Amino acid sequence: MTLQLTHFSAAFVFALFASIVFGITHRETTRDMVRYGLYCFAMFLGGVLVAGWAMWLVRR
Amino acid sequence: MTNPTPLKTRPAAVPAQSASMMAVLAPAIGWLIPGAGHMIQKRWIRGLLLLISIATLFALGLMMQGHIYKANGGDILDILGFVGDLGAGGMYIVTLAMNGGQGAVAFAIADYGTKFMIVAGLLNFIAVADAYHIAIGKKQ
Repeated sequence: MTLQLTHFSAAFVFALFASIVFGITHRETTRDMVRYGLYCFAMFLGGVLVAGWAMWLVRR
Repeated sequence: MTNPTPLKTRPAAVPAQSASMMAVLAPAIGWLIPGAGHMIQKRWIRGLLLLISIATLFALGLMMQGHIYKANGGDILDILGFVGDLGAGGMYIVTLAMNGGQGAVAFAIADYGTKFMIVAGLLNFIAVADAYHIAIGKKQ
């Protein structure tokens, strides 16, 4: 069975799980872990969107 | 005449020995099973979240027909890929034993799958370091 993900869904899944691990391992308290995890998730997905639009602009 | 020194040092020595034992055991078990290094130190939720995250990322990589690297002395990127994959510990060993991850990276999704498995291994290295820091008391 081959799993077919779109580029965005692959980036979403990657960002989700990487952010969970970053949050847990890089902060001390539960509150800070959640906040840092959300921050990483936003940065991952934001980076994908910004890079995507940048490439769209370069291509035009 | 009895020497009181051993009696005085014994109570302090036992926790130190236990901590040093955990400092070896937690990273080793954490490498073999992602999150287990946290679980044996009673960080159940953190351990479970790490297990779910890393195992899912690795499994998705396999399902996307990602390639798994074996020990090699060739191209530097292949060596780095092997180091990353090796971080997944038990999952890497089981996958190799079952002859999985042999897909040729011929399309974009398979390449994503390869990277998913490498990143799962690298994330497990971070989790192992975190388990060690908890064991030596550097982190709660």
